[in-house]
Amino acid sequence: MAVDLSKEMFHGYVRENGRVGVRNHVIILPVDDLSNAAAEAVAHNIKGVLALPHPYGRLQFGADLELHFRTLIGTGCNPNVAAVVVIGIEEGWTRRIVEGIASTGKPVIGFGIEGHGDHETIRRASHAAREYLQWASELRREQRPLVDLWVSTKCGESDTTSGCGANPTVGNAFDKLYGAGLTLLFGETTELTGGEHLVAARCRTPEIRAKFQFMFDRYQELVNRHKTNDLSESQPTKGNIAGGLTTIEEKALGNIQKIGRKCLIDGVLDKAEEPTGPGLWFMDSSSAAAEMVTLCAAAGFVVHFFPTGQGNVIGNPILPVIKLCANPRTVRTMAEHVDVDVSGLLRREMNPDQAGDALIEMMLRTANGRLTAAEALGHREFVLTRLFESA
Amino acid sequence: MSIHFVVHEEGDSVGVVVVEGVKAGNTLTGWIMEDDKTIEITALDDVPLGHKLAIRDLSQNDTVIKYGVDIGRTIAPIHTGGYLHVHNVKTKRW
Repeated sequence: MAVDLSKEMFHGYVRENGRVGVRNHVIILPVDDLSNAAAEAVAHNIKGVLALPHPYGRLQFGADLELHFRTLIGTGCNPNVAAVVVIGIEEGWTRRIVEGIASTGKPVIGFGIEGHGDHETIRRASHAAREYLQWASELRREQRPLVDLWVSTKCGESDTTSGCGANPTVGNAFDKLYGAGLTLLFGETTELTGGEHLVAARCRTPEIRAKFQFMFDRYQELVNRHKTNDLSESQPTKGNIAGGLTTIEEKALGNIQKIGRKCLIDGVLDKAEEPTGPGLWFMDSSSAAAEMVTLCAAAGFVVHFFPTGQGNVIGNPILPVIKLCANPRTVRTMAEHVDVDVSGLLRREMNPDQAGDALIEMMLRTANGRLTAAEALGHREFVLTRLFESA
Repeated sequence: MSIHFVVHEEGDSVGVVVVEGVKAGNTLTGWIMEDDKTIEITALDDVPLGHKLAIRDLSQNDTVIKYGVDIGRTIAPIHTGGYLHVHNVKTKRW
């Protein structure tokens, strides 16, 4: 089935700032590790809200602290989120996150635990969470043009079938969505090693190319400073190697298939930074699945394409992760994790154009409300990227 | 016609096995995706699904080409149809 994207619409939640979400979550967002218990207690009390526990947020400083704030604020700002209750151990940093999220105009309130204790904080936060949840439950989806969708991609537990099948499927879909004016994102800085010249050649202007090269070189320096071997079993991972990938160069060239053949790179972002217009964006990021997808959500993306070969099971609390796979063994043995089976590509039963259309069709179904495999299975990996040690 | 391995581009040195159970001595059909044509090769080794075989003879310290691009160097000679992986190929980076 050929999808005519010029006429395609989807039904989403139009937020106060005009951005459009495809989910309607009320989240309980801890500022720090100490506030996880209260956040999870609120989510236990109020059925249907989602706590996002994480292990960080204390004694961070400098660029690492800025990234922490940017990620948490970005998560709250994401249009898949209707309203936010923030809980932190102290008032100051809690207020900073509330103010960041409030810039979108969505309902948000914060509670500091110090001076009140867990019981009183949980009581007051539960009251706010119930009001938000009932308010959000009456919001209705509206018909919107496809350009309102922001789509990110990152692959995981890749093998050679990723480079032959699942990643070119994303590439085919990205070429079509790019032509239709959507906002698209890819990243995984070290996972371009060996193919960085191909990515650089796709940058729209010399300025964008220079910024990309700066991000790429910065990550290479980090690897070279800390490495104790050639990173074999880390990048490529042990799973990648078991799946037949031999070197980082081979993995990178498979990875790069995700950005298709036509679309140009229109901008380069730092981690969790939001794009300022449509087109294809590169975000400097880790290649670890949950870290990267968490950064995509924090940058405002509402649907995610996740090709896998050996069978990564990742999800995200607020960003629906659509999995596609071309490995015939994985689609058989891990069927419950796969949303789009493109193994026909490797049997010559399907061509990349048909595979790309199948992925776009699943994107539309997901945007309209179909739960992904990862959502149905309860995968809510929320993993914050750290830049260096706490003080 | 059913295929046993795929090759990205004509000039590549490797093919990726896309079926289970490839054994040494099997005659395999490969699909060169870029040109949409097929080739035949006899496997010299058992090669698992998703793993690679050489589609041309490679000497030690040769550059291995896949997707038309350098993916590393051989650390031992590999004959056409031979299993090619971390035991005989290494990265040139890091």
